[in-house]
Amino acid sequence: MPVTTIAGRDIHVDDEGFLTAYEEWDPELARSLAGRIGIELTDAHWKALTFLREDYAAQGETATLRRVSVVGGIPTKELFTLFPKKPAKKMAYVAGLPKPHGCV
Amino acid sequence: MRRLVVLGAGTAGTMVVDKLRRRLARADWLITVVEPRDQHYYQPGFLFLPFGEYTPDQLTRPVAPLISPGVELVHAEVDRVVTTDDQVVLADGRRVDYDYLVIATGVCPRPEQTPGLLDGGHWRRTIFDFYTYEGALALAEALDRFDGGRLVVHITEMPIKCPVAPLEFAFLADEFLRGRGIRDRTELVYATPLPGAFTKPVAAARLGSMLDERKIAIEPDFLVERIEDRSLVSYDERRIPFDLLVTVPLNMGADFVARSGLGDELNLVPVDRHTFLAKGHDNIFAIGDANDIPTSKAGSVAHFSVDVFARNFTDLAAGKPMTGRFDGHANCFVESGRGRGLLIDFNYDTEPLPGTYPVPGVGPFRLLGESPVNHWGKRAFRWMYWNLLLPGRPLPLPAHMSMAGKHQPSTKE
Repeated sequence: MPVTTIAGRDIHVDDEGFLTAYEEWDPELARSLAGRIGIELTDAHWKALTFLREDYAAQGETATLRRVSVVGGIPTKELFTLFPKKPAKKMAYVAGLPKPHGCV
Repeated sequence: MRRLVVLGAGTAGTMVVDKLRRRLARADWLITVVEPRDQHYYQPGFLFLPFGEYTPDQLTRPVAPLISPGVELVHAEVDRVVTTDDQVVLADGRRVDYDYLVIATGVCPRPEQTPGLLDGGHWRRTIFDFYTYEGALALAEALDRFDGGRLVVHITEMPIKCPVAPLEFAFLADEFLRGRGIRDRTELVYATPLPGAFTKPVAAARLGSMLDERKIAIEPDFLVERIEDRSLVSYDERRIPFDLLVTVPLNMGADFVARSGLGDELNLVPVDRHTFLAKGHDNIFAIGDANDIPTSKAGSVAHFSVDVFARNFTDLAAGKPMTGRFDGHANCFVESGRGRGLLIDFNYDTEPLPGTYPVPGVGPFRLLGESPVNHWGKRAFRWMYWNLLLPGRPLPLPAHMSMAGKHQPSTKE
């Protein structure tokens, strides 16, 4: 499992840079991860990230866009504005969660 | 006398009751299956109906004769499950008590969930689905009338039943249009919410290059928000105009699942992925497409799942712990046109890989590569479905995936 240094800390990530240890994440790290993909975090971003973190803690899986929209109450359209092009992947990356597995 | 109630007599539900009726003593167990339909459809055949292959009567059978003697068939819609009372309430008000419940009501296409699909005036005129019997038949007429232009094959959102079927449809449409001499006047587009042709890297690369070879343009990461002016419009405002749209609508589980408080945001029942026991319950299972396990929604998964479940349930009935664990095994033939097909075989941990698939007396089939034997395997499967699979007779396919014959490519895409 690769280890990388982000914001001066050693962080465990997978081949694509997604965090692999839930507890290594904190808000400061999120800001740093967001910066790496050109996103500056606003309150709206935090609402989505907080839902994802809490939902993962309860469910053990990264929420899909539909779940963030239906259960988290954040419209999909807004998620595409906040995390352009690939919101599911980008949200998971910044929230320090595994990449959502595309269901096969 | 204990009672097992199964909701749904589709592929999974029929296999469950037929297998368990042989394993559970009639003196000890009453088995009931609840199903509102009269006809059972061979759903894998829907793919071929639009191209005029298969006659409709080859794909339907009455439900009742498919259910083993000794199983009570209740013809009704389910209103809800009252888990606190271990009771199923039917739409006509009748109540059915259970000791154990199996939810096998699958998923179905929900075109009304995408604005402009059902309500824009184009449904079954320029917009079609092929995941329903009626839709596939209507599409056959539309394809006969089609005279070139832009044909878009589209997936709304994952998960869907048989996730390779839209790709197969695109391959078969290419062949069909060539046969009619209008391929050069037709632009074929494959629009998908996935980042590529398929979810798993090795198969996505192989299937992606098969789209390229057939000059089918892929529009990846396309999540549709609405249909307007004969165009698909994505959440990030990309537009794909079409003359003929073949869409796979959002797939959702049955509404009674939601009414019963048993479903997630898609009305799928969250279960333990190895035993299918519904989370938070000790006497409710969900099997087949109705549950939320992270593998394909496909008949093969239902089949391998039922193998594991039937053994587990027999143990449970005898007061023993359930020791069988489902590994996510799925396999399917992928029809690629021109009388050829591929076979893919995978599970929770191993993605589809190239190689060969050994089946005693029949195989080997070629994995992730096109060959005529896979095409014939797919065609022969219809007979196996009606005569071996649904009656719960053994197939020469082990429930758990094997690595025999598979090759791990040295470099991944």
